[in-house]
Amino acid sequence: MLVTVVAATACGSGGDGTNGTSRAADQIPKPGGTLTFALGSDPTCLDPQQIQLSEGLTVGRHVVDTLTDQDPQTLEIVPWLAESWDVGQDAKSYTFHLRKGVTFSDGAPLTAAAVKTNFDAIVALGAKATLGYSYLSGYAQTVPVDDLTVRIEFTSPTAQFLQAAASPSLGLVSPTTLNRSPTERCSQPPIGSGAFVIDRYVPSQRVDLSRRKDYNWPSALARHQGAAYLDKLVFTVVAESGVRTGSLQSGQVDGISAVSPQDAKSLQEQGLTLLPTVHAGIVTNLHASPTPDRPVVSDPSVLPALQKGINRTQIVSSLLNADYRPATSILSSKTPDHADLSSLVRYDPTAAKKLLDDGGWKPGPDGIRLKDGHRLHLDVLWVPSGFGPEQSTIELIQQQLAEIGLELGVKRLSLAQFTPLYQANDYDLFWARGTTRADPDILRLIFGSKKPAPAGSVQEGIDRILEAQNAITDAATRRSLVEQAQRRILETGYGIPVHEQTTIMGFSPKVRDVTFTASSWPRFTDTWITG
Amino acid sequence: MKRYLIRRLLQALFVLWAAYTVCFTVLYLLPSDPVSLMVSGGAEQTSIDDAQLTALRAQYGLDKPIIVQYVDHLWHALRGDFGVSVQTGRSITQIFLDVLPATLQLAASAFTLALFLGLGLAYWATYARRLWVRQMLLSLPPLWASLPTFWVGLMLIQIVSFRWGLVPATGDDGVSSLLLPAVTLALPTAAGIAQVFAKSLRTVETEHYITTAAAKGASPTRVRLRHAARNAAIPALTLAGVWAGNLLAGSVVVETVFSRTGVGRTTATAVGTQDIPVVLGLVILSSVLFTAVNLAVDLTYPLLDPRIVSPAADPR
Repeated sequence: MLVTVVAATACGSGGDGTNGTSRAADQIPKPGGTLTFALGSDPTCLDPQQIQLSEGLTVGRHVVDTLTDQDPQTLEIVPWLAESWDVGQDAKSYTFHLRKGVTFSDGAPLTAAAVKTNFDAIVALGAKATLGYSYLSGYAQTVPVDDLTVRIEFTSPTAQFLQAAASPSLGLVSPTTLNRSPTERCSQPPIGSGAFVIDRYVPSQRVDLSRRKDYNWPSALARHQGAAYLDKLVFTVVAESGVRTGSLQSGQVDGISAVSPQDAKSLQEQGLTLLPTVHAGIVTNLHASPTPDRPVVSDPSVLPALQKGINRTQIVSSLLNADYRPATSILSSKTPDHADLSSLVRYDPTAAKKLLDDGGWKPGPDGIRLKDGHRLHLDVLWVPSGFGPEQSTIELIQQQLAEIGLELGVKRLSLAQFTPLYQANDYDLFWARGTTRADPDILRLIFGSKKPAPAGSVQEGIDRILEAQNAITDAATRRSLVEQAQRRILETGYGIPVHEQTTIMGFSPKVRDVTFTASSWPRFTDTWITG
Repeated sequence: MKRYLIRRLLQALFVLWAAYTVCFTVLYLLPSDPVSLMVSGGAEQTSIDDAQLTALRAQYGLDKPIIVQYVDHLWHALRGDFGVSVQTGRSITQIFLDVLPATLQLAASAFTLALFLGLGLAYWATYARRLWVRQMLLSLPPLWASLPTFWVGLMLIQIVSFRWGLVPATGDDGVSSLLLPAVTLALPTAAGIAQVFAKSLRTVETEHYITTAAAKGASPTRVRLRHAARNAAIPALTLAGVWAGNLLAGSVVVETVFSRTGVGRTTATAVGTQDIPVVLGLVILSSVLFTAVNLAVDLTYPLLDPRIVSPAADPR
């Protein structure tokens, strides 16, 4: 999950990126005003180091700064609180040279010691800091070299760290806040060095922020220096999607998250600004569990046939809108080291049928194939995410697969029902909405095995590539390893990508210069309101 | 009278214990692990190691045998300690006390509104001169009762807030944001009150004391208001306990549609995240509320109608 500002512009009519060269009066940023943005659910916890919901991280992004930042366009890692850094040859140590004059909102200065206190605290939080703790896996220690130089050391190579350092999960807070209990840190506003401070939090209602007037250390991606333009930033929680849309249309809020692709067109026709962003990380996919005790899914011909039996173009064109793209790999096109492997995920029902024929699956009386008394039936576990077209997407996949003689059953579950099945590996496939992170190491988290895989198995081969990519600092070598990993995951069918995950946000036309982080969360530090 | 009091109190305690036990059983029979749900934050995978999960489970007491957890929870609950939320670590009693005022405010407004609507409608429907007016009015309560609360709420938001711009659609700042949710929540309750009151008005009409009052020369209005309505109101009012339950249940939907804080919304969220201690705590605390209202009604009953505790009405 990572951070950074994108150049998606919330300009005038329709967000077509008319980020003009000639600046008329209403194009010169004007300080002041309040922006109210409606989230779909409560942030639940204010501490960016503990929270993992994107709502909480969106709020947290405005309160804490990070050592690095990530350009959402080029995906490059750029300076923020660290002006520069040196990476150890073995990817086991990172030395950051901190910016001078940065203070937390309680007046405490940013020092090497403060960085150490923060990182030690995140590791001590353990599972409570799910994301931060996993980014710091293999953490050995932080060494304050001098007041403004700090070295972070790992016991094993950790190539993903530079990008992780741009995540609010590794955002820095004032050392005094770290004396509070984890619970207090969730319910009390964090003291960060960010452009905004939290004034008030009413659970499941709203979070009120106001800008820090003395803020003067924006990331290298900021479009302006100094304090944020907005006086106040209010995140409200509007759970019902129709009410959210209506609130934007009637001007009760200035922006909303999660516009459904069906509503997008009518909102645009009313002159509202829509900003779609494609998420970095793992695309929306069917995640397979090829355990040997599940004879159908572990049959070597089945998953590769399934991979070719899905018509992704049809899904996107008939059920989604132009803001969505068919997947070209298991990584989204916005992820560093994404490889365009369209040829591996091309719809080819003839090839799919041939794979199944060769694998010994013969069409049965009702068209569904059979082999050794087994029916070619797979169940997909589906935990509805609230994304409108999800159900019709799965139903269309069902129809497409029926054509190659594969019967897909859909089991609709609650998260509580799903979790134990997932943990016990007790499923054929599950519907994975996608996991956002702008670093290819997300593959290791999602497709690497938690316990060592049997020697010589396909999974072991994949694990080895995934470990290797995290141990390499050389960009070209890492890219080639990541490509191999994507290729293996697609060829085995462990991940069956469907479409890239897109989020559409809606804004009033008077809201300008909304930028995005590399994790596709909105960032309002350069945002201003016209007239 | 004393025996009646003790019996009602014991019944109330039994109801609370039963609510706790049923709720505990249902929640702990669910095949889920709140701790993995807490660290997963959605249907996503994490790389948290088993040792960390075990430590968290121990911290929340989830590693003990079910029966021990049952007794533990019960013992703590008796002392007003319902534990902490697995998701946020906050004390559940505190969570409940934080959101209770919002729900009470909503429920009280809705109840007042429902009372006026229900009693007024039934009175008018019973005494309207024209038959077609009576019939039309009498058909309103079943209609209100059958409209889904969710839909009514969304319609009101669409028209009153989005189209006319009279009140904000969401939030809980002040009277203007309370209006739509209160109306939405009041409708089903008003329908119930109207039906009960209209029925008993018709029953009371045939009572001898009505004839007596009329014979003594009281005006028709005086007969209706002082004699008929007063007596007919008793059954509707004594159902207050039921209405209280309705309002609590309805708040789940209403608070979600209008994005308000409150007991209902908090419970719904906790169910979604499988925050078992919170669900359990909120259900118990809500049953305490519900039982208290019913107990209060039971205890005022003898004041309204002394026959209720007289030996004739009490077989023991």
